[in-house]
Amino acid sequence: MTNTWQDIKNANVVIVMGGNAAEAHPCGFKWVIEAKIENGAKLVVVDPRFTRTASVADYYAPIRPGTDIAFLSGVMHYLLTNDKIQHSYVKNYTNASLLVKDEFTFTDGLFSGFNDQTHSYDKGSWDYEIGDDGFAKADDTWQNPRCVINLLKQHVSRYTPEMVSRICGTPQDKFLHICELIAGTSAPDRAMTSLFALGWTQHTVGAQNIRAMAMVQLLLGNIGVAGGGMNALRGHSNIQGLTDIGLLSNQMPGYLNLPTDKETSFDEYMKTRQFKPLRPGQTSYYQNTKKMTVSLMKALFGDAATVDNHWGYDLLPKLDIPLYDIIKAFEMMNNGQMTGYICQGFNPLQAFPDRGKIRAGLSKLKFLVTMDPLDTETSRFWQDFGPQNPARSREIQTEVFQLPTTCFAEENGSLVNSARWLQWHWKAADAPGIAKSDLWIMSGLFQRLRALYQKEGGAFPDALMGMTWKYTDPWEPDPEELAKEMNGKFLADVTDPVTQVTSKAGTLLDGFGQLHDDGSTASGCWIFAGCFTEKGNQMARRDATDPREQGIAPNWAWAWPANRRILYNRASADPEGKAWNPKKPVVEWNGSKWVGIDVPDYVVTQKPSANDGPFIMTVEGQGRLFARNLMAEGPFPEHYEPMESPVVNVLHPKVGPNPVARVFDHDRSNFGKPGDFPYVATTYRLTEHFHYWTKHALINAILQPEEFIEIGEALAKEKGIDQGGWVKVSSKRGEVVCKAYVTKRIKPLMVDGKATHVIGCPIHWGFTGQARKGYGANTLTPSVGDANTQTPEFKAFLVNVEKTSAPVG
Amino acid sequence: MSDMQSQDYVRRSASTMTPPSARNVEDQVAKLIDVSRCIGCKACQAACMEWNNLRPEIGHFEGSYENPNDLGPSVWTLMKFNEYENEQGNLEWLIRKDGCMHCEDPGCLKACPAPGAIVQYANGIVDFISDKCIGCGYCVKGCPFNIPRISKTDHKSYKCTLCSDRVTVGLEPACVKACPTGAIMFGAKTDMQHQAAERIVDLKARGFAHAGLYDPPEVQGTHVMYVLHHADKPSLYSGLPDKPHISTLVQAWKGLYKPLAVAAVALAAIGAFFHWITIGPNETTEEDEAEARREMRETEEEQAP
Repeated sequence: MTNTWQDIKNANVVIVMGGNAAEAHPCGFKWVIEAKIENGAKLVVVDPRFTRTASVADYYAPIRPGTDIAFLSGVMHYLLTNDKIQHSYVKNYTNASLLVKDEFTFTDGLFSGFNDQTHSYDKGSWDYEIGDDGFAKADDTWQNPRCVINLLKQHVSRYTPEMVSRICGTPQDKFLHICELIAGTSAPDRAMTSLFALGWTQHTVGAQNIRAMAMVQLLLGNIGVAGGGMNALRGHSNIQGLTDIGLLSNQMPGYLNLPTDKETSFDEYMKTRQFKPLRPGQTSYYQNTKKMTVSLMKALFGDAATVDNHWGYDLLPKLDIPLYDIIKAFEMMNNGQMTGYICQGFNPLQAFPDRGKIRAGLSKLKFLVTMDPLDTETSRFWQDFGPQNPARSREIQTEVFQLPTTCFAEENGSLVNSARWLQWHWKAADAPGIAKSDLWIMSGLFQRLRALYQKEGGAFPDALMGMTWKYTDPWEPDPEELAKEMNGKFLADVTDPVTQVTSKAGTLLDGFGQLHDDGSTASGCWIFAGCFTEKGNQMARRDATDPREQGIAPNWAWAWPANRRILYNRASADPEGKAWNPKKPVVEWNGSKWVGIDVPDYVVTQKPSANDGPFIMTVEGQGRLFARNLMAEGPFPEHYEPMESPVVNVLHPKVGPNPVARVFDHDRSNFGKPGDFPYVATTYRLTEHFHYWTKHALINAILQPEEFIEIGEALAKEKGIDQGGWVKVSSKRGEVVCKAYVTKRIKPLMVDGKATHVIGCPIHWGFTGQARKGYGANTLTPSVGDANTQTPEFKAFLVNVEKTSAPVG
Repeated sequence: MSDMQSQDYVRRSASTMTPPSARNVEDQVAKLIDVSRCIGCKACQAACMEWNNLRPEIGHFEGSYENPNDLGPSVWTLMKFNEYENEQGNLEWLIRKDGCMHCEDPGCLKACPAPGAIVQYANGIVDFISDKCIGCGYCVKGCPFNIPRISKTDHKSYKCTLCSDRVTVGLEPACVKACPTGAIMFGAKTDMQHQAAERIVDLKARGFAHAGLYDPPEVQGTHVMYVLHHADKPSLYSGLPDKPHISTLVQAWKGLYKPLAVAAVALAAIGAFFHWITIGPNETTEEDEAEARREMRETEEEQAP
C-alpha cells in the first residue's frame, strides 16, 4: 500500500478491481464502510463475479477475466479526451512533459525492439531524449508530439468505450458510468483509492494491470494524497515482510537486486545503480544505493566484508537467468535438474499451477523437507488419497522430512502488514508436540552444514564460512537480536558532519540516513532502519493517538520507510506547498520546512521553489506515465489476452497473449484451445477460509465444508446442471469433480459479439485437514506467469464443464 | 442457558404469577443488524460457535453459501443469502444474519407449557432455561420467525440467547464483538433506533427509497432489529416475515382457551376427588402394569445411541 488501511476512510471513491476486499480482507474492509458512512464515499466494484464486496457496492460492473488493461486504458482515454485530469499535478509531478526518443514506436501490438526469436525486447528506444546537459528533454507546453502525455493519448486512443465493451464484455453504459465516478476525483480536493490484490497480480500481464491503474491515479492526482493511492492488499500474513527482506531468488533485502553473472565486480554492479538525476535538481534517493549495499554486506558477512574484497561481493550468488521462480523450480525438478527441495511455510501442491506437474516434480526429488505448522498436502504428496491425490506411493523414491514448526502465536517477532507497518507480536502459547521455531530449524541446519564444510571441505564454502553469526544463542537467535540486525548499527565511532554528534560503535541506527558506504555501518535491511533504535523496539509501540483523526497514528508500531505512513506525501501539496485538499492535509510547507501529520517523503527543508519533484526515488523526481525500460512488455500497458483465451486479440490478432511471457515447451503443449475448453475460468478465495490453512480448523470447515464451483444460470441450464449437483470441470491439465453453485452472480458476457461464460473456482480444498476432500483448483490452472514477476496466471484460463456424478473413493 | 438472572424476569412461561422483577431497573437492549454494511463473512457465526461452544457437524455444499444449511440446536445464528434481481434488472445479493429476534411479545414464551422454561428479562432478552425445558416443541410452533430447534440428543429447545451471560456482565454479544464492519451493533434499544435512523438517511441518499428499520409492531417490536434497504419487502431477505404473527392457535391458547383449559383441568381434578371419595381409588390389573413396563423399555431403547 502507498497509504494505510485507516486512510481508506478519507476516500471519496473506493474502487475495488483486481481484488475482493470484503471477501478476502474483511477486517480491513471496515475502513471502506467507514469511508461510505463518514465520508459519503462511493464504492465501485469491477469483477467477473458479483462478489461479497459487490454486495455492499454502490456500483458494480462485470468484466471478463484478464481484460483489466483494456478497461483501464479505456478509463485513461476517457479522462484524456474529456479533460478530466488534474492538470497542475500531471504537469508538475509526472513525466508527462518529457520527450521520448523518436525510435520508440508501437505497431500492431509490439513496441520497438522486439526480437521474435528470443521473445524479448531490446529496450534501447524506450527512453527519453537526453539533452547535451545530460538531462531528459521536456516540453512543458505539451505541444511536442513526442511528449509522454501525447504518446499516451495516442496509445490509449484505440480503447474507445465500444472497444472496451467488445474486449471486456462490460456493458458500455456501465463502463461510462464508472468512468464518470472515477473522473470526479480529478478535482484537487477529491481522491479515489484503488484496492487490489491477486485479481491483478495473477495474470501474465499482472504488473502491467497495476501500472495501468497507477497511471490512472497519476492522471487524477491521487497519489500521495489522503484517501488516494495504490493499495495492494497483501494476502498471507507477512508476505509484505517476505518481499521487504527479499525472499525472492533475484532479490536482496530492501529491494536491492542480486547481481547477475555479467556483473563480475562490485564496481560493475554499482555502475548501473548510480541513479544520476535525469532532471535538474532532483533528489534521486537511490544515489545512496552503495551505502545501502555496503551496509547490507557488513550485516551479512561482518569482518569478512572489507574494502579490499569489495565488501565480499564475490561471496554473493550471481544470477545466470533473470530469476529462479517457483514455476522454474518445478520445471527443473521435472527435468531432473533440481533434486532437493526445502519447502518452508509453503504448500506448492495446493498453491502452484498445474498440480499434476507439481506432484510429478516432487516425485522426482531425492529429498523434500517441509517446514510447516500444518500437515500440508505437499508433505503428503506421495500418499494415495483417492481421486483427490492419486499418488502411486510405491513408485516414489523421494525421502520426505516433515518438520513441524511453530505458528505466529507461538513465538515473538514482527509481521509487516499491507500498510508497511512492522508490528511486534508476543508469544501467546507454547507450541504443541515437537514443533520448533523456523529460527531453531534454520540455525541448526546452518550450524551443521558449516561444521560439515569445516570437517570435509567442499566447493566454494566461503560464503557459508564468512557469514556473520554473532547471536547469544547461535542455535536459536532471539527475534529481537535479528530485528536489531535488520535495523542496523554503527560498526565504528562516526561523527555526523552536520551535527558534529559522534555515534559510538555498537549504537543502533536511527534511520537509513545514517548509512555509510565505508564499512562503518551495518544494516540487514535498509528500509527497516529505524524500527529498533536505542529508544527501544519501535515496532512494539501501541499508541493509537491519531492527531487529526485522519488515519495516521504515528506512534502505533512502525512503518517503513522512516515511519512514513503515506508514500510520496509531498504530492499531497501543490507546487507551492499548500495541501490540494485543505480539509485533509498530509504535509505542507510552513515557510521554513515541511510539516504535517506524517513524516514528509521529502528533504524536510527543501523549498518548494527548488523544483525538486515529489517522487524522490525516481531519477526524474516524477511519477512515470511512461515506464522507460523497467517493464518486460513495454513502457505503456497494452491489452494482451490471457495465455488461454476464448477469443483472438481484436486489437492485434497476430499478437494475442503477452509476447514476452516465458513459457516452457512442455507447458505450452498443455495449453487448451477454446474449441475443447470453451469457458473462461478464474480462481479465488472465500471469506470462510484462509488459503489452505483453515480447512484444518473445525469451525472454518463447518462454515464452508466442501469444494464447489460457481456457474451462471444460463450455462447451467444449457448443460443440464442442477443446483448443488455434481460437475466435472476440466482443463488441458486435469479435472476437478465437485458440486455446482448455480448463481445469478455470474452472467454471460458479450465479448466481441459472442456470449462468454465464466466459471468460478474457489481454491480452498485439498486432501488434508478437517473439511471434505477436494481436488484443488490448481489442478486446472496453466503453468505460466507474469513476464516480470512470474506470478502464475490463476485468474484467467480455459475449461470445459459437464454434469457428472459423485467421485468414487 | 442456565438460570442466573431470575431476579430480572419480567415474563416467565406457563406461570400465572407475575415475576417479582426485583432488579427491574435495566434499560431495554437491542441488537441492530445493518444489512447494508454486512459482507456475509460469517464472523458472527464463528464467534457464536466459539462463545457458546457449539460445533455442528461438518456438512455438505448444498447450492449456496449458507453453511450449516439451517439453524439447529448447535446453530444459533446463520447467514442467509438471497440473489435478488431488482426492478432495474440489477443484481442485489441480500445477506441477512438470521437468529432469534427476541420479540417483546415472545410467541415461544406464550406457547411454552413448561413453567419457567422460557423467560424474558427486564432488558428484553428472551432466554430458554434448559433444565426446565420438556422438549415439547410448542416454542417452535409459537415462534413467528421459525427459530427454535429441538436437540435430538437431549430433547431440549435451543436458540440464540443474545449472549445473556455476556450482557449481564456488561459485555456485548459475541457476534457484535466479532463483526468486522460494524454491521452488528448493540446497546440501549432507543440508541439503536437512533443509529438506524442515521443509516436510513444515508441509504435513502444512495437511492434506496424504501430503506427502513425492521422492528415489527406485530410482536410489539423486537430486541434484534434490522436496517433494511428494502424495508417495504422484508421477505426479500431470505423469508424475513413481512408481518410476523404468533400463530392464532397459540394466541387462543393463551387468551381464550387457557382459562377454559385450566377450568377443565380443575373440574377434572374435582371430579376425580369426588370419584375417590365416593367410589374409591382406581385399581390396575397386572396386564396394565406389564404393558406400561414394555412401553418404558421401548422408549429407553429408542433413545439409546
